[in-house]
Amino acid sequence: MSSPTSTPGGRKRNRNDIPATRSTSPPSQRRRGQDSSNADLPAMPTSPATDIASPTVHDTSLFSSPRRSVLPSEVDMSSPLIGARGTPARQRPDLGSVRKAPQVDLHSEPPSADGAVASEPSVGQKLVIWGTDVNVGTCKEKFQRFLQRFIDPTSNEDENAGLDLNEPLYMQKLEEISVVGEPVLNVNCGHVQSFDADLYRQLICYPQEVIPTFDMAVNELFFERFPDSILEHQIQVRPYNALKTRNMRSLNPEDIDQMITISGMVIRTSQLIPEMQEAFFQCQVCAFSTRVEVDRGRIAEPAVCRHCNTTHSLALIHNRSAFSDKQMIKVQESPDDMPAGQTPHTTVVYAHNDLVDKVQPGDRINITGIYRAVPMRENPRQSNVKSVYKTHIDAIHFRKTDEKRLHGLDEEADQKLFTEERVKTLKELAAKPDVYERLSSALAPSIYEHEDIKKGILLQLFGGTRKDFSQTGRGNFRAEVNILLCGDPGTSKSQLLQYVFNLVPRGQYTSGKGSSAVGLTAYVMKDPETKQLVLQTGALVLSDNGICCIDEFDKMSESTRSVLHEVMEQQTLSIAKAGIICQLNARTSVLAAANPVESQWNPKKTTIENIQLPHTLLSRFDLIFLMLDPQDEAYDRRLAHHLVSLYYQSEEQIEEELLDMAVLKDYIAYARTYINPRLNEEASQALIEAYVDMRKIGSGRGMVSAYPRQLESLIRLAEAHAKVRFSDKVETIDVEEAKRLHREALKQSATDPRTGFVDISILTTGMSATARKRKEEVAQALKKMIQSKGKTPAMKYQQLFDDLRGQSEAAITKDMFEEALRALADEDYLTVTGKTVRLL
Amino acid sequence: MPSSNDWINNPLGVVEEMFVQSNSNPEWEAKVLEYFKGKLKEKQAYSWIPSLNDVPLHYLKPNSLVKFRCLVQDMFDPEFYMGVYETIDPSTKAKVLRFGKYKDVTECGVDLNSRNTVTAERQTFYCVPIPGETLWAKETYARSSQARVVPSTSYIPSRQKRSYEEDDEMDTQPQKQREPHTELHANGDSKRQETEAPSGQTTSPSNASSPLDLNFPLPGERGPACLVKVYEDLDSFKLNDMLEVYGILSVNPLLSVLCEEKDPSASLLDPTESMETPEEQRAHDPPASLVPRLHMLHARPLQHNNPLLPSDRAEDQHAFVSSFMVEMASVRAEFLAYLTHILLGDGLAAEYLLLHLISSVYARRDVLPLGKFTLNLSGCPPNSSFTESLHQVIQELVPCTYRLSMTLHNMNSLRLVPRKDYVANRLVSGALQLARNTSLVLDETRLEQGQLDASGVQNITALGNLISWQKVDYDFNYHQMEFPCNINVFVTSEGRSLLPSDCQVPLQPQVTPPNLEEYLSTVHKAQLTSQINKFRVYLSVAQTLDYSISDEVTKAVEDDFVDMRKDDPQSVSAEDLHRMLVVARLLSLSLGQTSLSREGWMRAKHIDMLRRTRSQPQTTVNGNEP
Repeated sequence: MSSPTSTPGGRKRNRNDIPATRSTSPPSQRRRGQDSSNADLPAMPTSPATDIASPTVHDTSLFSSPRRSVLPSEVDMSSPLIGARGTPARQRPDLGSVRKAPQVDLHSEPPSADGAVASEPSVGQKLVIWGTDVNVGTCKEKFQRFLQRFIDPTSNEDENAGLDLNEPLYMQKLEEISVVGEPVLNVNCGHVQSFDADLYRQLICYPQEVIPTFDMAVNELFFERFPDSILEHQIQVRPYNALKTRNMRSLNPEDIDQMITISGMVIRTSQLIPEMQEAFFQCQVCAFSTRVEVDRGRIAEPAVCRHCNTTHSLALIHNRSAFSDKQMIKVQESPDDMPAGQTPHTTVVYAHNDLVDKVQPGDRINITGIYRAVPMRENPRQSNVKSVYKTHIDAIHFRKTDEKRLHGLDEEADQKLFTEERVKTLKELAAKPDVYERLSSALAPSIYEHEDIKKGILLQLFGGTRKDFSQTGRGNFRAEVNILLCGDPGTSKSQLLQYVFNLVPRGQYTSGKGSSAVGLTAYVMKDPETKQLVLQTGALVLSDNGICCIDEFDKMSESTRSVLHEVMEQQTLSIAKAGIICQLNARTSVLAAANPVESQWNPKKTTIENIQLPHTLLSRFDLIFLMLDPQDEAYDRRLAHHLVSLYYQSEEQIEEELLDMAVLKDYIAYARTYINPRLNEEASQALIEAYVDMRKIGSGRGMVSAYPRQLESLIRLAEAHAKVRFSDKVETIDVEEAKRLHREALKQSATDPRTGFVDISILTTGMSATARKRKEEVAQALKKMIQSKGKTPAMKYQQLFDDLRGQSEAAITKDMFEEALRALADEDYLTVTGKTVRLL
Repeated sequence: MPSSNDWINNPLGVVEEMFVQSNSNPEWEAKVLEYFKGKLKEKQAYSWIPSLNDVPLHYLKPNSLVKFRCLVQDMFDPEFYMGVYETIDPSTKAKVLRFGKYKDVTECGVDLNSRNTVTAERQTFYCVPIPGETLWAKETYARSSQARVVPSTSYIPSRQKRSYEEDDEMDTQPQKQREPHTELHANGDSKRQETEAPSGQTTSPSNASSPLDLNFPLPGERGPACLVKVYEDLDSFKLNDMLEVYGILSVNPLLSVLCEEKDPSASLLDPTESMETPEEQRAHDPPASLVPRLHMLHARPLQHNNPLLPSDRAEDQHAFVSSFMVEMASVRAEFLAYLTHILLGDGLAAEYLLLHLISSVYARRDVLPLGKFTLNLSGCPPNSSFTESLHQVIQELVPCTYRLSMTLHNMNSLRLVPRKDYVANRLVSGALQLARNTSLVLDETRLEQGQLDASGVQNITALGNLISWQKVDYDFNYHQMEFPCNINVFVTSEGRSLLPSDCQVPLQPQVTPPNLEEYLSTVHKAQLTSQINKFRVYLSVAQTLDYSISDEVTKAVEDDFVDMRKDDPQSVSAEDLHRMLVVARLLSLSLGQTSLSREGWMRAKHIDMLRRTRSQPQTTVNGNEP
């Protein structure tokens, strides 16, 4: 199987067609030219698809005669491999070797082409590939030097795990190749740049010429080192992370034929397309066979058999033709890169050979590849062409950016990069003594007051420090803070939720009314095209490392709520459906809002009674706030002032007053990524004391007022507060604030309306200690009464109720009576059937 | 206007001239833009240019300058094209430099390897006529145009269209039989029809794919859709912007041929063919006879599409508004009287409807839109044509409106939220993709008991989001994207609406006409057109006015609020204050006052009080009496 990269025979046609090849706009004339990367080049046309073979051209004389300029590439490509026992070279359609250089332009532009070329030999040894400034020999040498010497002691890429950072990095990778046998060498362009900026520039500007040179260099080096290795094919170099990383929107004609790295999300992949590289024809008469290269998607069927001179006797034999794999991938720019109010752009990417099927729709990826533009295909019957180019990217390297998010252990995969100035402003802000207050007031400025709630949400946005106890068997400790807001309708709870949802990058907003368990978790779906089962993730999984805002929490169905139990403590989500069993990470903070059952908050009832949520779920919230109307005059006045000003201030005034939302966003992102506070000695002591105090409060009255969960909450809050200060240590002030906030929230939500004391058991068991005591008393009274009646096996329900009411000095409601009956039934003292009560 | 003929009838000639003069100096592009901008500045110049909105496509001269009043429905990916290229004459071998800007197709004999080729970038916007534009607005625009397209024809768009539509439906069938390829290249089958747009859309969304889905946001819309090629300031345009585009019309039949004639066997081998699915081709390269191309020379963003207001220049508009301000109060009184009649004598409801009609989102504080005023008119008689007639009245007053009948079937089957179709690579429109200040009437009286399915719940949620936050979350399959909007939502319902609203007014009819329809149509007919026109101007002007509150009044409002809360904290909440401030704002603006006065505030408080006393007893009535 010969490589398609050269066919001396096929070179003579094309004269009459309008050659439809890649764009040939000279770089000097491309528009929007702010790009300086190739400014130092002479105004020469970019090589119009310089052949993969040409890098190997060393003979000066070849340049002056383009007709001979192409040598069979196998010879050249295999030349370093003489000692390699003939490991076959593999085509690289990703470098565009499929489409070949039109010979015509060398003839059509003899003066310029020859002029340019003619000047080359005079430079002496400094030979370059036509149209570029790349000298194959130097380039190869430089790259080999890079491979042999490059050391990156600060590397923290996961790919380099297990490598000795003080040894040449890429030599270790070559060794790995010799062991594993996967003949692909990924090269970080950032490394190349820091090693040799000039080489890097050449790589970016002329990837089509430079990468094959790299290939040669690597193979020479490799087979020199490991002469006994057996590889499937020769090593291919795959550069990635071209520092010119762009978002899709900024691609412009400048970038054509250059190497680029863009990020985006895969939205569609095509089926595998077998692309014919070489057609095999056989004569039906004399069985003479011939091979024809596919040239720009066309096969020139030989009209006459060269052997027997029969016309039209040649037939295509599919089985003996050579094909390569290809796949079309549509990539859409990621939502974060887009300006508001516009629709996302998409780009077509072609994956070749082993890159086929590497990505799935929905993946977020970084693609490194060569940007191409192809004119619309000409129509044989038409001499006009559409003046539009089709653009695509030939992928060289894929890198998934979200892989670790779902399955990995830790570390935010997408570390946001901050400019130095930004970091400086953020640090300046952090140094201010009132940063905590500043930030909390910057949060949802349109919502008035509720300072503590905003502070709570602020701490939630920062989160605690993640701790891993999996080795001791406890698994991950939850670092996320969960908050529940309850209160009267119309107290801007939803607005707060909306604000938070808009603030955090990975926020999700759902309403309890509309969401099902499936919408929250994940479900398995059959892809209509591929018939493949796909896991579609719901809001909770999508907000991993973010915040899931759930409005109308109380209206959520029982089964949906039950899903939250696992998520809110274990931070994982288990799925067993349609044969897929997996556990997904859902390290999400939950910010929920609930309305009271009776439309208005009843201050005479406990939180649980008011919102009717199971206490098992409530106890998983670190902070439960009531958003009630405070009803005092000063507050009213401030509120009124605030609202009125909302309606007449101009936008600029508003901007000035407050911290920008963007700064707040960055501040949070920075703290979440870089600050991992740990408890110091004093803080630990303070926490212990706080916890002991909390337990003491209750024990005096015979009830438990704190559980270990509350201690954990305190720790999380203290850590979050330390993060707000950009401090690596959790200090006493952090603990103090955590205590204060926690107490405030408790005061609001866990106050027993009957006694006025804070009673944590309202939240943990759903009933205050006094209420429980009272219940027992009623049950006892009822029992006594029944006993006093003597041996009556059955009683009327209503009668009993009236009697009890008459007897008791306190008012007894029907609910209380029923509860007492139930309690006695549990004791197996009696049973209730319909309207009669029977003793057992 | 002989001098204008050239730049209107043959703009490409003008461009050509400048291109040749420039001697491949890239400045020619700026010159071209300047020239056309200058020409368009001339008095009345706007009205000489024929508009795609009111002249059928086949009456327009190809490659002439036309204008198009439209909404940006979708933005396609940017494309690279040959900005400048060289051609070789096959016989003489002479090389000529040509420009590709403002053109779809190149000249013969392109030299693809020329060093003089310049690649440039442009973007295509899919534009549709402004959704829900009312008949009067369209007609007034058409009347004001002085373009003489076909001098001999006195062309009446609406009547002509009807007959064409019928032709169209009869035509498609036989044609399909004649052309065996229609299955494969369905986009070509109607290329010879002289219709403006296929009307298959109007019947039901299910057969929208045949013959060609023009992707209008609202069902039953018609008019040309257009692919607008944009060359400059790509970033300044946003989705759902209202634009008046001035550009060169290109209906080159070659375009259809170029995309139609592909040979199925070649598509396997040709890499460029496999890039696009047939659906994508249909969406992005529809036949030019159905979806003409428009190469933009100039675009004017429209703040409103009221033809009665001068839209040309800022100073004109300013003068117009200040002269109208004097009349405001008197027009308001007349208008209120008119609305009161319409609302069966209910003055309070009329007042609120008036406020609703002039409301507009004027700012956003973080997520909170300010100035929106969603009105819920409850107590509408069910199963009568009242709501329909009410919408007809609104239709006569505002430039853009749409009535969504919230039947169970509609809620379950309609697509309200635009959705990205990745197969065709386009944004499939939904009924909530509307231009700014469109009046959306939700008729809840049509809603019956029954089961809402998943899409029904989504639709209701989308409506709720629209009302509360003035935003629509477009569905991009893998994620959602939020597009802020500014739509006046008016909900008519029997009881209290299930949708949220800023303000609910129960209708209390003072008159009970035996025949509702007849009554309304007589009230409606009694108004003179000149008067109606005044109302139309009134609404648009009131919507655009600025507004402020002085410190003194701020203080008074604060005091008032504190006092109210002192007596009974339950009586007034922050929410109520929000609403009253909006009411006060709108009330002042409706009277032509640009700042809040003490009286204005008291008035706002008063009518809010009236409204509340009205809705409170109603709830108890529902509870206690049979």
